[in-house]
Amino acid sequence: MSQTEQAVSLKNYIRLCAVVFLIVLCTTSAMIATSFSHIGEGWTLKVAIILAIATVNAFLVAGYLMHLLSEKKLVYTVLAFTVFFVIGLMGLTIWAAHAFPPGTASH
Amino acid sequence: MDIPYTVQIRPDTGIYNAKLGVWLFLASEVMLFGGLFSAYVLLRVGAAPGGWPHGWLNVTLGTINTLLLALSAITTLLAWAACKAREFGKFKFFHACTILLALTFLGIKSYEYHDKLNHYEIQLTNGKFADGHFVTESKNFDLAKKTGTITIHGHIVEDHKELMDLRTPEAQAAKHEEITVAATDIKKMGNYGPRHNTFTAIYFTLTGLHALHILGGTLVIFYFWGPGSRMWKTDPERFTNRIEVSGLFWHFVDLVWIFLFPVLYLT
Repeated sequence: MSQTEQAVSLKNYIRLCAVVFLIVLCTTSAMIATSFSHIGEGWTLKVAIILAIATVNAFLVAGYLMHLLSEKKLVYTVLAFTVFFVIGLMGLTIWAAHAFPPGTASH
Repeated sequence: MDIPYTVQIRPDTGIYNAKLGVWLFLASEVMLFGGLFSAYVLLRVGAAPGGWPHGWLNVTLGTINTLLLALSAITTLLAWAACKAREFGKFKFFHACTILLALTFLGIKSYEYHDKLNHYEIQLTNGKFADGHFVTESKNFDLAKKTGTITIHGHIVEDHKELMDLRTPEAQAAKHEEITVAATDIKKMGNYGPRHNTFTAIYFTLTGLHALHILGGTLVIFYFWGPGSRMWKTDPERFTNRIEVSGLFWHFVDLVWIFLFPVLYLT
């Protein structure tokens, strides 16, 4: 790789990072704005919107900064198993959240 | 003994060994934090109506920390890109930035912890609650012996529910002033540490574990920035791979915070 090509490569990364940071700045502001807004009654809708925005943030970091958009098949396989087990873990928790044994629920 | 495939691609996996190793490690980390996030969900949906706090954490400090971590993730990537471009000076600069940003993050987190540990809720014998930050106590203050006084900077509320949602107009309008309470008037008192309630328990657990990851990552990055960077002269390709692997860990730590911030500070 020539010296010029190397410089261009680093420059491209700096440009990519600037774009990612700007988007993170916007999404963070959007999350804060949503949190203090009066959307819907209670917190359910707000939490859903805020978590959706956080997921966009996470996609940017994982996809571009961790290069997950251009990884090898084995890494995707490892992550697919991870996602499966995390969804299982979270799903079972939420599923069982209101399953109190008889006589133990305090409210 | 030489460790195989530290630079060359292993034919059957398509990646070098350290990279596969770190991805497997990150998978286990996802399960660790996933379990704690599940605990958070369980505690939150199981809380009594009005029993889950809102507005207890400083959103400004949380936002600053979010941006600091995002910037540090970027400088980590740029440090790796500088290695790839064979620009060692720039690598040193970007990684020094990462270390400084990480230490600033930990400094702010420590300040937030100190603020919570210095914040007291005092249940009075008349049924009211005094809530605020510790100012001073008399020399003979002893809650067990019911002697002396304690002074806090805060306010007194009639109902404990008024302390749960600090975003309400009433809570925002509350006038804070120095309040001195005699030990004889105190029924129960405690700070906003992990024992205070389930919110502070999960808050300290999640952010404490995350802060430990930040600390560990910072030590590794500092090693590669300092003494470990000698490898650049002997084996630059392997050194670059080490920076990539440590960077992947650092990005994961950023990813965890991306969810911690909204879950704890904004909802």
